[in-house]
Amino acid sequence: MMDSLYIAWKYLSFSKARTATLVACVTLIAVLPLALQLLLAESERQLLSRAESTPLLLGAPGSALDLVMNGLYFDDEVPELISMAAVDAVAASGLATPIPLYVRFKARRFPIVGTTLDYFDFRGLTIKAGRQLALLGECVVGAEVAERLGITAGDSLLSSPETVFDLAGVYPLNMKVAGVLARSHTPDDLAVFVDIKTAWVVQGLVHGHQDVTRTQDAGVIIEQTDDNVIANARLVEYTEINPGNIDSFHFHGTPDDYPLSAVITVPRDEKSATILRGRYLDGDSGYQLVVPGTVIDGLLANIFRIKHMLDAVILVVAVATGLALVLVFALSIRLRQREIQTVFRIGGSRLTIARLLAAEITLIVLVSGVLCAIALLLVHQYSDELVRTLVIR
Amino acid sequence: MTYRSLAWIAAISLLLMGSFVMAEEKPVIYTVNYPLQYFAQRIAGEQADVTLPVPAGIDPAFWQPDAGTVIAFQQADLVLLNGAGYAKWVSRVSLPRRKLVDTSAGYRDRYLQAEEAVTHSHGREGGHSHSGVAFTTWLDFTLAVEQARAIAAALSRLRPAAKDVFERNFSVLEQDLLALDSQVREIVAVDPDNSLLASHPVYQYFKRRYGLNLTSVMWEPDVAPEAAQWSELRQLLKLHPSNWMVWEGNPNPESVTGLRGLGVDSLVFDPCGNRPVDGDFLSVMQQNVQNLKRAF
Repeated sequence: MMDSLYIAWKYLSFSKARTATLVACVTLIAVLPLALQLLLAESERQLLSRAESTPLLLGAPGSALDLVMNGLYFDDEVPELISMAAVDAVAASGLATPIPLYVRFKARRFPIVGTTLDYFDFRGLTIKAGRQLALLGECVVGAEVAERLGITAGDSLLSSPETVFDLAGVYPLNMKVAGVLARSHTPDDLAVFVDIKTAWVVQGLVHGHQDVTRTQDAGVIIEQTDDNVIANARLVEYTEINPGNIDSFHFHGTPDDYPLSAVITVPRDEKSATILRGRYLDGDSGYQLVVPGTVIDGLLANIFRIKHMLDAVILVVAVATGLALVLVFALSIRLRQREIQTVFRIGGSRLTIARLLAAEITLIVLVSGVLCAIALLLVHQYSDELVRTLVIR
Repeated sequence: MTYRSLAWIAAISLLLMGSFVMAEEKPVIYTVNYPLQYFAQRIAGEQADVTLPVPAGIDPAFWQPDAGTVIAFQQADLVLLNGAGYAKWVSRVSLPRRKLVDTSAGYRDRYLQAEEAVTHSHGREGGHSHSGVAFTTWLDFTLAVEQARAIAAALSRLRPAAKDVFERNFSVLEQDLLALDSQVREIVAVDPDNSLLASHPVYQYFKRRYGLNLTSVMWEPDVAPEAAQWSELRQLLKLHPSNWMVWEGNPNPESVTGLRGLGVDSLVFDPCGNRPVDGDFLSVMQQNVQNLKRAF
């Protein structure tokens, strides 16, 4: 047997191009469906675990999927906005704890998640370095953000303008990194968390500037009366919040009207959840209250429908490739008639020929198997990140 | 079973129950001003540790905590807020929303605007403005009762087992506050048109509740007024003749003498936003009521 394997190995080594093609074909046919299965299983795990740990999500009427993808996975697609009044309404009901979310802005490609401290308790997120958010203008970053940007507690991080062409827009906010979260292997690793009020500072709704009632710069003031001062756009707003200027930061308008993208709603119990869902069933409420698990189930059903189609395509390709391989072997036997005759002449039987061919096939399958295993190991190793990059975001 | 055995069993049971109660840690409550601390202490009794981290001598309304103090607030079991825009620092820090209790939320529709606030407008939207809300809510003692009720409710939610204690303590506090309310109403009823001046615009709710004829200036008790302020006061007295000025704290002698020269006497009605040097909220308010009597 070892002789057959040795001769087969020598032959395969001699016909490098043919051997490489055969190995690549067999490897690909094996890897594709298995890798797809791994990635789908990982995406199902990630999507479902996150969705199932979020009981209810309140948002504006519209695409429930956009709402869930933005609220749970910090997707770029921002749903219609709602206001803080929605949070107060949930809190006033006494049926659930509301956790506001405002996921709209970015800092160096990573989503800025405006929320309250309740979010960290709800998700079980802990601080690995530094401390929790305390003052306006601070942020805590996910483990992956800290690693990729090379930042840690005490550094600063600049928010990105929504569009580079918005020259009259709000100045970016230089946020102080108060802490770094411990790795959670969830989308939270890839987010920059700020207090909801800091998110409004990033938007320009809450801002700080020199005291217009005391300024000596006449060029800034348009009109001044005893009870009102009107300043023009020359009034420079602070782009960083520090102990020296924090007192000047203030809200314009009623905080109840300030925007949010969603509200994570944590009901007290099953009964409270049912009552709340009933309240928001009416389309006139101006909100939709979705169960993220159900929305993600729908998404996964679509993904698996596509997966079944892909499986069918791969099966057809596998059959075609298999036939091609049979053809390649059949043709190679015909092309190798002289070699086979020589084996006969030196005393080799038909069985010897069959053993030689079987040894060749075995070696090809073995090499393909090893390559396949390596590829699957790599996919498994990076499936978490691959899914976040390819599927969730 | 002998009486002796029964006595032993009862003693051991009591010890076990006692150790169970001791094992349950007291909740930690942080407040943003002294009236709330006082109300919470009166209602909670020995059932909670109530803290006001504002240093003595500083007005809690304009205090700004450092990050370490904010973290301490975050770790409390309850954070009692006054609401009505009091302690603006609350809007500039991160506090867990589920621990916050806005004690004046129940009467938000009865907030008063701080008429002395200067609004401003700017920005690319073409202008926007905002004005302040008056925040010394507890000087209307009926509103103080509502704030105390909100504290009692929050404590009961936090420690349902001690609900009866909280309700009983609240009832006693309510009686004290309503007694103050009756006393002030009786005093003012003697001469409802009596014209008063206030050294600082902090008596809006007090004025509304008790129907006072009161106008405010912007003087500080410990700072001698400037010439312009005296001039403004003389103009004001022509429109609003008054024999009394109500001060937040003991006025400096120069102010008292100058006012006396204009026929205006001074009395102190301390809002008691921070811990008093002597006594407590109730004793300070009782002294305020006695002081107010002099003007009627």
